[in-house]
Amino acid sequence: MTATMPDPTDEAAGVLDDEKLKAALGNRTRPDRPGPVAASLTFGWRAMLKIKHVPEQLFDVTMFPIMFTLLFTYLFGGALAGSPSEYIQLLAPGILVQTVVFITMYAGMGLNNDIKKGVFDRFRSMPIWRPAPMVGLLLGDAVRFVLASIVVLVLSLIIGFRPEGGPLGVIAGIALTIVFAFSISWIWTLLGLVMRTPEAVLNTAMTVLFPVIFASNIFVDPDTMPGWLQSVVDLNPITHLTTAVRGLMGTGAETSDLIWVFASSAVLIAIFAPLTMRRYSRL
Amino acid sequence: MAGAAIETKGLVKVFGENRAVDGVDLTVEPGTVFGLLGPNGAGKTTTIRMLATLLKIDGGSATVLGHDVTAEPDAVRGRVSMTGQYASVDEDLTGTENLVMLARLLGFDREGARARAAELLEAFGLSDAADRQIKNYSGGMRRRIDIAASIVIAPDLIFLDEPTTGLDPRSRNQVWNVVRALVADGTTVLLTTQYLDEADQLADRIAVIDHGRVIAEGTSSELKASVGAGALHVRVADPDQAAEAERMLTEALAVEVTRESDGISLSARADDPSRVAGALTELSGAGIEVTEFSLGQPSLDEVFLALTGHVAEGEDPEAGDLELEEVR
Ligand SMILES: Nc1ncnc2c1ncn2[C@@H]1O[C@H](COP(=O)(O)OP(=O)(O)O)[C@@H](O)[C@H]1O
Ligand SMILES: [Mg+2]
Repeated sequence: MTATMPDPTDEAAGVLDDEKLKAALGNRTRPDRPGPVAASLTFGWRAMLKIKHVPEQLFDVTMFPIMFTLLFTYLFGGALAGSPSEYIQLLAPGILVQTVVFITMYAGMGLNNDIKKGVFDRFRSMPIWRPAPMVGLLLGDAVRFVLASIVVLVLSLIIGFRPEGGPLGVIAGIALTIVFAFSISWIWTLLGLVMRTPEAVLNTAMTVLFPVIFASNIFVDPDTMPGWLQSVVDLNPITHLTTAVRGLMGTGAETSDLIWVFASSAVLIAIFAPLTMRRYSRL
Repeated sequence: MAGAAIETKGLVKVFGENRAVDGVDLTVEPGTVFGLLGPNGAGKTTTIRMLATLLKIDGGSATVLGHDVTAEPDAVRGRVSMTGQYASVDEDLTGTENLVMLARLLGFDREGARARAAELLEAFGLSDAADRQIKNYSGGMRRRIDIAASIVIAPDLIFLDEPTTGLDPRSRNQVWNVVRALVADGTTVLLTTQYLDEADQLADRIAVIDHGRVIAEGTSSELKASVGAGALHVRVADPDQAAEAERMLTEALAVEVTRESDGISLSARADDPSRVAGALTELSGAGIEVTEFSLGQPSLDEVFLALTGHVAEGEDPEAGDLELEEVR
């Protein structure tokens, strides 16, 4: 900055320049509008920037799975599976499912926050493909899913996870988890559109996810549970997802579990994606 | 296209039982500034959001730049910009990142987007803050980046929703300069405000809106004529001179002067500011010491009182009693 009079206000950071303002307004460049993919990718880039500027949001994505894996393996491993190293073979795919499924809330919270803050109004008043801002949020989720999966996987490998399915099996397991996660995301995007605050979205999602996650076969063998709970666990899509991921990372998944996972994903999307989009277009 | 930039007929928006916008007719000529003046909750934001295709219209019709808002929302979106009342940029991102993102969304390539962002930041005096997150901007800087974000592609029409509410006078002046530059460039501006003097300074025509209805429409002088220019308040030092001062003011201003119950305060309608200066000179010439005087422009309250017979509800406390700048 050139030497100007010191100014007491922080507005001194800059003054309007009338000439430059005129020039900037006179610049009538009108490029062609981007297509749906380009617009969505730009919003995905925005999601990356937000992770860069607010890295705290990666805390849940990395620290929780680390804590859960270590705590469960060493506290309960001996009791539940004979030894920690035996338990981690069962637990690692389960923790992966649990972690990724919890992360699905971010898109809904982000959407709610954008609407509440007013940024969404700007996006919606622009001549762009309408779902693009939402797709961008989901792309942000995808990055978090992959990151969390890598954290869980690396930690599990360190403490003794030995997947028999090899790299391909592991990748298939992660991919299946992410497919299911994207179908759940639609529930939270709908909540994000309907609810008043991001905290409300978070609380509702937690209230739904906690029992669903724990009433599954992620942590313990359902055979030890009372009969009525076993039937609940059996109906829980998380159970089938976990079993399928264990299979893929191990000696192969049962077709029935895969069908369960794909069918429940399809049902979730068939119900919540149209509801979300309808609500979104009426915003 | 020769017609009006904005034309609404019987525009209606209902939230539950609340008729937030209740039959608004507006005509805004291209290249002009139109001010929508009203207190909190009058329906200004709701009106603007309908015109910017953000909110479904419940009744009546609206065309913007010749396009029906309901039938051709995309055509409208391509040519207008909206600067909302609240944040309209991403607070977590920096100034540059926000503008680059918007430029990319509008079709600029990477290089072009960077160049446009830099050009705008420079023009708005934000170059030094380019790499700071918006959440660390001051109120005035935020408003400027909001507006910069709206002209990444210079629009034919821009909506500014309460662009200066909560700003200090200096920042407010800067926003006013931007609005003037926009108009000079041929952009049509629809702005909402709670401040009579803002509408007065910027708008070619003003619609006063209350409870979702337009209660008066015209140029600023037409509106003021219906309300009266304002009030002169004078306080004399010596109670014994009050009667004499009252008589002299009555004569000089040619209006009725009232004496307050304290016996030393006088007030009168002041339709013609130039007469006020003369009247005060006469007082001091006659040896009457004046301890205090003020010339108030009619506040939004007074405008409302005059137009509706009731005081504006839920009004922003800042909006009251604005000094008439020109006299000072
Ligand atoms: N999304 C909404 N849902 C329900 N009521 C609303 C909504 N938006 C605005 N209102 C109501 O509509 C009326 C007009 O609001 P608004 O247009 O924001 O006024 P202004 O911008 O003039 O302050 C107010 O009574 C407000 O409470
Ligand atoms: Mg408003």
